[in-house]
Amino acid sequence: MIEVDVALSRGDFDLNVSFASSAGVTALFGPSGSGKSTLIDLIAGLARADRGRIVVGGRVLADSGKGIFLSTRKRRVGLVFQDAMLFPHLNVRQNLRFGAFFAPRGARRLPMGEVVDKLGIGALMDRRPIDLSGGERQRVGVARALLAAPDILLMDEPFASLDVARRRKAMGLVEMTRDQFAIPIVLVSHQIEEVMRLAGQVVMIERGKVREVGAPEAIFASARPENPSERFGVGSSLTCTASDFDAHYGLTRLHHPSGEIFAAGKVAAPGATTRIYVKAVDVALARRPPLETSIRTVLKGRIIRVAGGDGALALALLELAGGEQLYASLTRMAADELRLAPGVEVFALVKAVALDEREMAAG
Amino acid sequence: MNWSDLALTPEQISAIELSLRVGLAATFCSLPFAVFVAYALARWNFPGKMLFDAFVHLPLVLPPVVTGLVLLLTFGRKAPVGAFLADHFGIVFAFRWTGAALASAVMGFPLMVRAIRLSLEAVDPRLERAASSLGAPPPAVFLLVTLPLAAPGLIAGAVLGFAKALGEFGATITFVSNIPGETRTIPAAIYTLTQTPGGDMGALSLSIIAAGLAISALVASELLARRMRPRRKVSS
Repeated sequence: MIEVDVALSRGDFDLNVSFASSAGVTALFGPSGSGKSTLIDLIAGLARADRGRIVVGGRVLADSGKGIFLSTRKRRVGLVFQDAMLFPHLNVRQNLRFGAFFAPRGARRLPMGEVVDKLGIGALMDRRPIDLSGGERQRVGVARALLAAPDILLMDEPFASLDVARRRKAMGLVEMTRDQFAIPIVLVSHQIEEVMRLAGQVVMIERGKVREVGAPEAIFASARPENPSERFGVGSSLTCTASDFDAHYGLTRLHHPSGEIFAAGKVAAPGATTRIYVKAVDVALARRPPLETSIRTVLKGRIIRVAGGDGALALALLELAGGEQLYASLTRMAADELRLAPGVEVFALVKAVALDEREMAAG
Repeated sequence: MNWSDLALTPEQISAIELSLRVGLAATFCSLPFAVFVAYALARWNFPGKMLFDAFVHLPLVLPPVVTGLVLLLTFGRKAPVGAFLADHFGIVFAFRWTGAALASAVMGFPLMVRAIRLSLEAVDPRLERAASSLGAPPPAVFLLVTLPLAAPGLIAGAVLGFAKALGEFGATITFVSNIPGETRTIPAAIYTLTQTPGGDMGALSLSIIAAGLAISALVASELLARRMRPRRKVSS
């Protein structure tokens, strides 16, 4: 259980955030510059709020009203940084021992062997951080934080420096940490994919204020006019091979293992590998191959999960033929009437695609 | 020119020994203070910091004779601090090799502080924060994280201080004079030899020794710093 109620003013930036969460993973979600990392600093005691109260697992870490402000080292917060921040002059074993050595006497300590095994870093123990890959460093960073027996793990964009493939793996790491070590995690992220997959509770922050708190599906599938899923773009990126350009209709045909995708304009040279981005709101689902539809792009896949909540809208996650994933936004009523359950085969009707420049920029 | 003139006389050997003793004492005694001052300048903000910084750098810009005079007026036998130390702790600087070490330490201090400060500033504060978040108390963070990471700069600073101590002349001769066997270090001995008829060859041989010592110190520091740097990826 974590309770945060803080206010802070720095120049022309005002932070005023209040939320409580007892989820395994609480995601602080929002655009960059919204104050997510400042919140992490406040919880970790690296910054001091002008006013406020922070309680983690029943321990008061800060309470301006009572003049309580614990230093970082007394807070028992495990920090997992974007670039792991392993001590470069120590090898992996020494880094881990550093975490274990200063763990508070009375705390629930995890055995080093168990942590090392579960995180799969046994073979790295004698290596220096400089000889590790980004993903390996991240695992050692998590292990080091866990060994210090924290009450909570704070992860500030832990995947930002990893490429797309490694990011998927790293998400597995967070899931594993959440499930195996039973330590609450606060995760800072601006990637919907991460939040959807990992978080039990999302605190959406914008310009220093809490915009919304709730389950990820409730937030990203909501139907309000200023729909966050529209604005932040819940969607999926797919890897395709460009086929040919139909000059008459002005369409480029792209090959994907799950079907053919038509994109407006000449998006890529024939034979080129392209990543396209499909917004969840541009995907409709059908149980049978649709006949005589205006939609040219029909992809075959299987339902992995449908996230509903109480709202009108639901979000379905599909695995397409070939292994890539696709989000589809639909009403909860449709999800029920079509009996969309995990494993059900569906056809995804894609209304529009865009070139995925975000993914390309991210490498 | 007769090459055998370059052979060292017992007086010259004693000057070399004395210089090494003075240099090592000056370096090791001032190192902890230099680390403290460098840390304060690198990490803390306090009123009068600029003034303090300027004061630390003063020996670098003052004529060495002036520094020597200040030392004489402070640590001399009859001077306030000097008398106090002599009466209560039996520590005497005036006209002793310890005085030469003090003068060398003061002269080399700004150089040490500069080198150490640079290396401390290069230590990523997020590593220190990571150490704190793991529960390490501040002294442990400093000793286990900050200091080892700044070690190459520490060594560089110590070597600079040592080299400066070997070459220190003006402040030393003003403060503790030029007493054979007690305060006649290599530079003072060279100076004395140049003032003596026929002493040129002796001065030359001492100069070669001085250059050799300075170069070996620099090479040793470079080798040490290289060993301490995190190793590059060797394979794969």
